[in-house]
Amino acid sequence: MPAVSKGDGMRGLAVFISDIRNCKSKEAEIKRINKELANIRSKFKGDKALDGYSKKKYVCKLLFIFLLGHDIDFGHMEAVNLLSSNKYTEKQIGYLFISVLVNSNSELIRLINNAIKNDLSSRNPTFMCLALHCIANVGSREMAEAFAGEIPRILVAGDTMDSVKQSAALCLLRLYKTSPDLVLMGEWTSRVVHLLNDQHMGVVTAAISLITCLSQKNPDEFKTCVSLAVSRLSRIVSSASTDLQDYTYYFVPAPWLSCKLLRLLQCYPPPEDGAVKGRLVECLETILNKAQEPPKSKKVQHSNAKNAILFEAIALIIHYDSEPNLLVRACNQLGQFLQHRETNLRYLALESMCTLASSEFSHEAVKTHIETVINALKTERDVSVRQRAADLLYAMCDRSNAKQIVAEMLSYLETADYSIREEMVLKVAILAEKYAVDYSWYVDTILNLIRIAGDYVSEEVWYRVIQIVINRDDVQGYAAKTVFEALQAPACHENMVKVGGYILGEFGNLIAGDPRSSPLVQFNLLHSKFHLCSVPTRALLLSAYIKFINLFPETKTTIQEVLRCDSQIRNSDVELQQRAVEYLKLSSIASTDVLATVLEEMPPFPERESSILAKLKKKKGPGAVSNELEEGKREGGELNGAGERPGDSSAIGASNASTPSPSADLLGLRSAAPVSAAPPSAGSLLVDVFSEAGPAAPAASVNDDGFLRDLEPPTESSDSLLAEGSGDSDSAPPSVVSEDPAPPLPESDELLNKFVCKNNGVLFENQLLQIGIKSEYRQNLGRMYLFYGNKTSVQFVSFTTTVSCPGELQSHLNVQLKPVDPLVEGGAQVQQVINIECITDFSEAPILNIKFRYGGALQNLSLKLPVTINKFFQPTEMASNDFFQRWKQLSQPQQEAQKIFKANHAMDTEVIKAKLLGLGTALLDKVDPNPENFVCAGVIQTKSQQVGCLLRLEPNAQAQPGEQMYRLTLRSSKDTVSKRLCDLLAEQF
Amino acid sequence: MIGGLFIYNHKGEVLISRVYRDDIGRNAVDAFRVNVIHARQQVRSPVTNIARTSFFHVKRSNIWLAAVTKQNVNAAMVFEFLYKMCDVMAAYFGKISEENIKNNFVLIYELLDEILDFGYPQNSETGALKTFITQQGIKGQHQTKEEQSQITSQVTGQIGWRREGIKYRRNELFLDVLESVNLLMSPQGQVLSAHVSGRVVMKSYLSGMPECKFGMNDKIVIDKQGKGGASDDAGKSELGGSGKQSIAIDDCTFHQCVRLSKFDSERSISFIPPDGEYELMRYRTTKDIILPFRVIPLVREVGRTKLEVKVVIKSNFKPSLLAQKIEVRIPTPLNTSGVQVICMKGKAKYKASENAIVWKIKRMAGMKESQISAEIELLPTNDKKKWARPPISMNFEVPFAPSGLKVRYLKVFESKLNYSDHDVIKWVRYIGRSGIYETRC
Repeated sequence: MPAVSKGDGMRGLAVFISDIRNCKSKEAEIKRINKELANIRSKFKGDKALDGYSKKKYVCKLLFIFLLGHDIDFGHMEAVNLLSSNKYTEKQIGYLFISVLVNSNSELIRLINNAIKNDLSSRNPTFMCLALHCIANVGSREMAEAFAGEIPRILVAGDTMDSVKQSAALCLLRLYKTSPDLVLMGEWTSRVVHLLNDQHMGVVTAAISLITCLSQKNPDEFKTCVSLAVSRLSRIVSSASTDLQDYTYYFVPAPWLSCKLLRLLQCYPPPEDGAVKGRLVECLETILNKAQEPPKSKKVQHSNAKNAILFEAIALIIHYDSEPNLLVRACNQLGQFLQHRETNLRYLALESMCTLASSEFSHEAVKTHIETVINALKTERDVSVRQRAADLLYAMCDRSNAKQIVAEMLSYLETADYSIREEMVLKVAILAEKYAVDYSWYVDTILNLIRIAGDYVSEEVWYRVIQIVINRDDVQGYAAKTVFEALQAPACHENMVKVGGYILGEFGNLIAGDPRSSPLVQFNLLHSKFHLCSVPTRALLLSAYIKFINLFPETKTTIQEVLRCDSQIRNSDVELQQRAVEYLKLSSIASTDVLATVLEEMPPFPERESSILAKLKKKKGPGAVSNELEEGKREGGELNGAGERPGDSSAIGASNASTPSPSADLLGLRSAAPVSAAPPSAGSLLVDVFSEAGPAAPAASVNDDGFLRDLEPPTESSDSLLAEGSGDSDSAPPSVVSEDPAPPLPESDELLNKFVCKNNGVLFENQLLQIGIKSEYRQNLGRMYLFYGNKTSVQFVSFTTTVSCPGELQSHLNVQLKPVDPLVEGGAQVQQVINIECITDFSEAPILNIKFRYGGALQNLSLKLPVTINKFFQPTEMASNDFFQRWKQLSQPQQEAQKIFKANHAMDTEVIKAKLLGLGTALLDKVDPNPENFVCAGVIQTKSQQVGCLLRLEPNAQAQPGEQMYRLTLRSSKDTVSKRLCDLLAEQF
Repeated sequence: MIGGLFIYNHKGEVLISRVYRDDIGRNAVDAFRVNVIHARQQVRSPVTNIARTSFFHVKRSNIWLAAVTKQNVNAAMVFEFLYKMCDVMAAYFGKISEENIKNNFVLIYELLDEILDFGYPQNSETGALKTFITQQGIKGQHQTKEEQSQITSQVTGQIGWRREGIKYRRNELFLDVLESVNLLMSPQGQVLSAHVSGRVVMKSYLSGMPECKFGMNDKIVIDKQGKGGASDDAGKSELGGSGKQSIAIDDCTFHQCVRLSKFDSERSISFIPPDGEYELMRYRTTKDIILPFRVIPLVREVGRTKLEVKVVIKSNFKPSLLAQKIEVRIPTPLNTSGVQVICMKGKAKYKASENAIVWKIKRMAGMKESQISAEIELLPTNDKKKWARPPISMNFEVPFAPSGLKVRYLKVFESKLNYSDHDVIKWVRYIGRSGIYETRC
């Protein structure tokens, strides 16, 4: 504001403000304001026109009242009038009022826009600046609509004053940020870029902000700015500190401008032009050199400005990641900062080094600072700095120093700040797994981890250790021994008990030879922890006990006694009670052979991405984790998951575990989870471990099927009859409705196709009912779990389901349906098991008919059950020549089925692979000479015969423009199988 | 069990702080200031709970009185005590203001010591207190031993509110019936709610230990007597327009001197009065209220920028009576830019700071009417909200009891001294004031 002349002092305003300040109470203040408002109203209403000064004064008062928190609903017109004044102060107050008070939907917007337009077209730079500031402050869409075209013109016009240019650039930036679609640069682009060459440093600074924002959105259009920015930067960097006069800040030439230039360059890859690149490298070197020079001033501002440029330069070097020399120099420079007095500098150094560590060029250089970083981890006083140090250690870890780093992190963990403990635990767990050469070291580390920071060890960590121990034969004995020793500590963490229970249950036999860890000692050790543990852990321990019975028959009586005691068999917790009852019964009824089958050792887990990594990622958000993760592996994992709807599988998994069958006999076990995998029925706890383990895990579940079926009392048919009779007794005679299943839904063929390549998912859904499906197949047997979810709040009565096999199918497929409760409560889910036996190959699908009454109305629904011949595939691995030999053997024309069809989906190799794997066949790599082609082999298992199948899928991406074609060839020993499979598969791609 | 008592000025500075119990810490003083006095939003509830501590406050002009406790006390008792405290202070040094409190802080501490002991309220009778807590310095030199022991026996005795041996040459008593009438009326003149809260205040200058009996036209008593004899013509109303003889009292409370057992059994009010001024009873009635004034509003919106208001008030009582201090407050819209008022009687003025036209009339006889008309100019605003039209409120004072309550007798018996009921000079006065007396427009 220019010097205030005496007339501009606005005494009235000063008096009013001091009155308000002197008010003793809120009421007095409100009274004073009411009085003033009435006065202003009468002044504004008055017949004689107000002069500019009083108008300004009153508008000012209104603004003050508004800022005190009172509503203002008038005075806008007067403020708009002030805009057309010729006096700076009046105009300024007018704009101030409008920036603060006018909302975008006001009808005054038109007038305001008009006034702004006048000011923009005036030659007076001060007025232009005021108008531009107002546009930027309001920044509404309407403003953008009105002025987005005008401002670029002002910005690039040759005769515009520098100060106006500055304002225009920033105003445009603001409009671009609020409504990018309205700000079209188009023709102005090159002229805006050339502002980088402007004489006036202020204009350049403002323009860079604009260009940086614009080039992030459309980098190609602004590519030319790179060379200009480089030359500008080199001019600044090479200038002496006195050259730039006003723009030298504590002996540093134009620090803000330099930082912004460096940041702009970070939007682009390294310049391709050699000369430009050379110049840039020179600049960066100069910046690094300058950092080495003794400071020109002791003031903190000097070093701050210098370091700001330095860190921005290092960020650019890291961004380019192509100059080994510079990277190493940057790393050395940061190394110096690691021991600097300034905490902020140390923090920044650690943070930048974290990114440096992921570059192949500087990784080694970073590693040389390991001692300093470890020291920082131990001695830093600020927890955020320690956190960075921990990040850096994680990032710089590799095979050579893993042991040292893990050991350091473990020892630090004992004293670590609570806020970072969990993250530290995850990091230690990941590093230990990733760089484990020797798995006994891994087991030691994790057990140590649980011992030191048990509370912070999440489920994922101990799941993972169990997965690894189960998958690696060589460490099992060692793990059992270590766990046994660890459990001997008088107080051990519950997670330790969990790991111990699981591992001893699986591999306790490996250490049973030693009299110090004889079966009974093991059992007593575990059982001594039992009572101190929470319910899920106790459930796990019970499963371990039943496994003990299998491993060591001599412990049977002891364990049975434990199971039989009231605290187990009558436990108030349903899960524990059920386990105790079932395990007791299992151990007393089943023969040792059966026991051995049921309680077989866990099969190895499929290799997949460590769930700990996912957890760490989730914790830190994307981008924070070091880039070292093996990308391919992660993508693979995601792809496998993508075949299923992510929500469904977990929901079904959870409901599966949380509905312990009410008919709590041995059959309950089958519905809950595979018997051999004892812990899964621990509910959602273990869902993560087992949710995806579907195909490989339940080895025994089908094998013992026959045995279980024998045990089952044959009452199901009479049950369902009874239920049906009672349910329908009050309405129409049951024969009328129940004998007449509805025809299958028209879309059920589509539904069928959806499930060709996957086993789990939602089969059907309408407003009333949701049917989820989960199925497993082994050889010629299959089991399907259907989950009927009542989506309403009203119960369904006479809920019955039947499966029919139309026509020939009856002799091809044997389908057995377990009865389902005729009442489905509102919001509840019931589960039904269907056992399927494939007698010989088939092409139709069995039909599932569902009937129930919903609020009196009979609902009748028929669906095709997604049982297709490919479900009974057993994958067969074979070598290339083997494959082609068989291929030739199946050369009779009826044995081959071929189809050429258009692609329905994009040709994504990974997706196709996933689908072919889902089909059940083995995907054979490097068999076909053409790597584009996919080749699979498998055997379809039916009761009567086995049918070998070979499959070849040839994608042709360039068949016709815009169309992608596939050729699918199937050869099998049976013509109907080839044909059916060919038909099924043709729908999938 | 009040834990402590604090008095603050409007800024939240502590003027008086007295802690009676150990469970109240020093920080309680600040807690109330921060959470109530300086609260961002106005705290409307008189009881505030902060960190398991209850604060009961009343506000007199700019002064906050807050009682603090950590226990589960009877809130009504605490408020009764706070009001009593205000009465006591007012009796000692007049208006409760920051300056008065600062000037009398020693006295206040002395009073607090006396009327509250370990948080339990004690004798708060002003008359009794004044015998031993005085503002004239220490009276000890002048008090004889007997006087001191007399005070002790009186304060701790059965009739703590009156000392023995009082003698007046003229036995005189003054009886004031003070009522405030509250009303909410619809624009069409329909009564939406109305009630009267009244007090009977007595000033007695009687010798000895007289036994008094007070009688009024309470419906239950009148009906009981009416059954006995014929209708009592003497009780015919001389006030207002209503010819009814008895009133229905909804509820009433008495001074501690009234024998409640007798009131409960016979419905008769008998008592030995304290010396000097005191409040004998408080009561409330809701039926058959005589409304002294009727307000007839007429608001017309002429376009967006003008409002015409016409208000007629009618007095509705005997022409011989005069109402006083009449004030009508007509709210104006928030965007008023100018007001012209014409009134036949009294003075009217637009008060911008209160957003209202205030019309004052000094005196007005019964069965009269008066009128005011105003033209309100409005400033067009871009605010679409409509004016909420707050009700027109009114203040007045009339020389009768709007509830219709009448004093039928007040008999004085003094057996020991030789004066009888006839020798006592009795004065009765009725004053009806407006409480919240509003008419919607």
